[in-house]
Amino acid sequence: MLNLDREYDVAVLGGGNAALCAALSAREAGASVLLLEHAPRGMRGGNSRHVRNVRTMHAAPTAILTEAYPEQEYWDDLNRVTAGGTDEGLARMLIRESALVPHWMEARGVRFQPALKGTLNLSRTNAFFLGGGKALLNACYRVAERLGIDIRYDSEVLSLALAGGAVGEVQARSQGFPATVRAKAVVAASGGFQANIAWLKEHWGEAAENFRVRGTPYAQGRVLRNLLDQGAAPVGDPTQCHAVAIDARAPRFDGGIVTRLDSIPFSIVVNRDGQRFYDEGEDAWPKRYAIWGRLVALQPGQVAYSILDAKAERLFMPSVFPAFRAATVGGLAQQLGLDPAALEETVRRFNAAVRPGAFDGAQPDGRATEGLAPPKSNWARAIDTPPFIGYPLCPGITFTYLGVKVNERAQVLTQSGRAVTNLFAAGEIMAGNILSQGYLAGTGMAIGTVFGRIAGREAARHARG
Amino acid sequence: MPAAELRAEARRVMEVCNACRYCEGYCAVFPAMELRRSFADGDLDYLANLCHACRSCYYACQYAPPHEFGINLPRAFALLRAETYAEHAWPRPFARLFARNGLVVALACALGIAAVLLLTLALRPAEALYGAHDGPGAFYAVIPEAAMVAVAVAAFGFALLALALGVARFWRSAGAGGLPRPRPLARALGDVLTLRHLGGGGQGCNDRDEGFSPTRRRLHHGLSYGFLLCFASTTVAAAYDHFLAWPAPYPFWSWPVVLGTLGGLGMVAGAGGLLGLKLVADPAPNAPRLLGGDVALLFLLGMTAATGLLLLALRSTGAMGILLAVHLGFVLALFLVMPYSKFVHGPFRAAALLRFAMEREAEERR
Repeated sequence: MLNLDREYDVAVLGGGNAALCAALSAREAGASVLLLEHAPRGMRGGNSRHVRNVRTMHAAPTAILTEAYPEQEYWDDLNRVTAGGTDEGLARMLIRESALVPHWMEARGVRFQPALKGTLNLSRTNAFFLGGGKALLNACYRVAERLGIDIRYDSEVLSLALAGGAVGEVQARSQGFPATVRAKAVVAASGGFQANIAWLKEHWGEAAENFRVRGTPYAQGRVLRNLLDQGAAPVGDPTQCHAVAIDARAPRFDGGIVTRLDSIPFSIVVNRDGQRFYDEGEDAWPKRYAIWGRLVALQPGQVAYSILDAKAERLFMPSVFPAFRAATVGGLAQQLGLDPAALEETVRRFNAAVRPGAFDGAQPDGRATEGLAPPKSNWARAIDTPPFIGYPLCPGITFTYLGVKVNERAQVLTQSGRAVTNLFAAGEIMAGNILSQGYLAGTGMAIGTVFGRIAGREAARHARG
Repeated sequence: MPAAELRAEARRVMEVCNACRYCEGYCAVFPAMELRRSFADGDLDYLANLCHACRSCYYACQYAPPHEFGINLPRAFALLRAETYAEHAWPRPFARLFARNGLVVALACALGIAAVLLLTLALRPAEALYGAHDGPGAFYAVIPEAAMVAVAVAAFGFALLALALGVARFWRSAGAGGLPRPRPLARALGDVLTLRHLGGGGQGCNDRDEGFSPTRRRLHHGLSYGFLLCFASTTVAAAYDHFLAWPAPYPFWSWPVVLGTLGGLGMVAGAGGLLGLKLVADPAPNAPRLLGGDVALLFLLGMTAATGLLLLALRSTGAMGILLAVHLGFVLALFLVMPYSKFVHGPFRAAALLRFAMEREAEERR
C-alpha cells in the first residue's frame, strides 16, 4: 500500500529506463524510493518501450559485442555527429561508464542477444536487448518491485518547489487525485517534451502539426518546463531533436520502429512540388538516417516522397505500410497526389545525370550523378524499371534535446551555475548536455543508464547523509 | 471466427512483426518470418504451427494492447493453429469436432468408460468385475483378451492413420515440399525432443506473467516423455504377451511396470502442473475459446495415467476389475480423440520444425 504521507529518501519522476536505473541504484544504496510514472502500467516505460540497443564501449569481443569499441573511437563518433556540440567531460564519463552497462543490466535480469556475426551491422558498437526495450523494462520493474520500491502508475508530476538551492515538495496528480510527495532528494527522469505539440509549435510554428511522435505520448515535458521556469540552466536548442523520416501514414504517437523507412539512399526524395531537395546518397545510411526528419520538416507541408523502381525494392527494410505502386512514373505521381508532369521531369533529369558504374548497396559505392543539383553522391541508378514504387515521408520525432544542465554528479545546475543540492536529472531531460544535434544510435540508452545510475546513487547519498 | 479473418489477423501481426523484428532472439517463428516479405495462407499456417505459445513475444511487444495496434501474436497464432487442425482433419467431416473441443473430449471420456464397462458386463459374468484375480492373465479374467486387443488395435490404428493423413495434408497445403536431408531431420528431431523453442533464448518462457521460468518446459517434458514411457511399457507388455506367451500382470520390477510407473508419474505431474499453470497464468496472451479443449485433453491424459497407477496399486484387490475397466475407458477415449484434439499439435509442430530446419539449411547453402 502506498503512503504518500510519509517522507521518502528519494522520489524518482518518470518511469523509463533512466528512472528505473536511478530508482534501483538509490534503493540498492539503502534509500527508500518512490517512483512516479505518468503512464498506466500497460504503457509504462516512456520511450524505453521502443528501444532496441545501447551503445557500449568495450576493449575486447564479448558474448554480445564483436571486436572492440575503444573510448577514443566512441568519442570521435559522438564528436562528429554533434559537430563538436557536446560537453567533453560528461561525454567521456558517459563513454567510460557505458562499458559497465551490460553487466549491470544483466545482473538485474535484462537479457541481451548474442552478437550477430557479419561485417556491416551494429553488433560491434551496440548491445541488443533480447526482445527489445519492453522486455528490459519488464525485468527492471520486476526487480524494483522485489526490492520494495514503491511504484505509482497514472501519476503525472505537475510541479516541484525550487527554493534556497534545494527542491522541496513535489505536486502530482495520481490516479486522478492531487497528491503531494515529500522526499529528501528528487531525480527528474521524465523525458523530453516531444509529445507536447503546443510546445513544439512555439519553436516550429504550424509545421509541428505535421510531425509524428515516434514514441510515448506521455513525454509532455512538464517537469522540464517547470524547472526551466524556476531558473534551472537550460542546455540545447529547442528545435534540435532526434528526428527521422518515417512513413507519413504512421499514427500521431507511438508508431515506434515499424514506421521507419530505409528506402531513401536507394531512391530519390521529392517534396510535394515534385522537386528534389537533398543528396539522398550523401553517406552510409546509419550515419545519415537521423538528419532526414529535420530535412523533411523544413519542406512545405512537412511531407516528402521516396521514389524508386523495381530494382531497388529488395535493398531496404520496408515500413509496415504497403508501398504505392504504378506501371509509370506519372501513374505513381497520381497515386501519391503529386503533379505527374513535375515528377516525370524530375525523374527524367535525374536519369539523365546518372553515370554508368558498379552498384554496391552495402556501402557507399561512389556512383554519383553528374551535373545535377542537388547531386546524389552514391547509389545513383536510373529509375526506369516498373513497377515504380513510392512511400510518403513525414518527420518522426524521437526525443527533443532541450534539457537542464547537469554536473558530473547528475546534479541540476541553476542559471547562476550553482548546483541544486538535492535535485538530480537523468535521461532525455538532460541528454542535451551530450547531444546538441545529430544522433548516434544507442546513445540515448547509454545516457539514460549511466546518468540514471549516477543520479540514483548521488540522490541516495544526499538523502542518507 | 471465419478462417479468412483468422488469417487476415495473423497476416497483419506478421507484417508488423516483420517491420520490427525485436523478438528475433526468442524462437524459430521470427527467423522464419524474416525469410519472407509477404505471407501467403500456407506461410501463415506454417508459422502459426511453428509457434510454441511461450508468450515471450507478447510481453516484449511494444505494440501489445493497450497500444492501438493491439498486437497479440500468441493469441492470433493459437486461433489459426486450431483452424489448421480442423481444416486438415481426416476424414473431413470430423473437422467439426474441433469446434467445441472441450465438450467433445469430455464426452469421449464418458462414452469410453461407459463402453468398456458395458462391454465387460456383456462379455463376462458380473462377479468377474468384482472378484480378486491373481496370477498371469488376471486382467483377461475381467476383459477377454480378444476383445481388448481388437478394440485397442482398431482404435489406435485408426488414430495413427488419421493423424498421419492430417499431418500430410498440412505439410502439402502449407507449401512445403521435397524430402528432408539428414541434417535438417536431425535438427528438427533435436528441437522436438528438447523443446528448444520453449527456452526463450535461454531464460525459459513467460509461463504466468512477465517473469521467465523453465517450469512449463519441464512440465511438458514430464507429460510427453511420460507418455512415451507408457507407450514403451505397453509395447513391451504386448511383446511379452505375444512372443513370450507371458501375459500381464507383471511383477513390479519388470520392464512394463517400471516403464509404466515412471511414465505414469511423469504424465500425472506434467498434466497436473500444466493444468495448474493454465489456471494461474495471465490469460491475456491466450485464446479463451481454446481453453476448454486444452484443459479437457490435459485432464484426459492425466486421468489415463492416474487410473493406470491406481490399477497398479490395487491390482490384487477386488477393486481391480472396475479400475481396469475405467482405465481402459480413458485409454479408449484418448485413442479416439487423438486426431481430433489438441493432441495433434505434436505432429503438426514437429512438421513445422522440420520445415524450418529445411529452410534454414537452404538458407545456409546460399
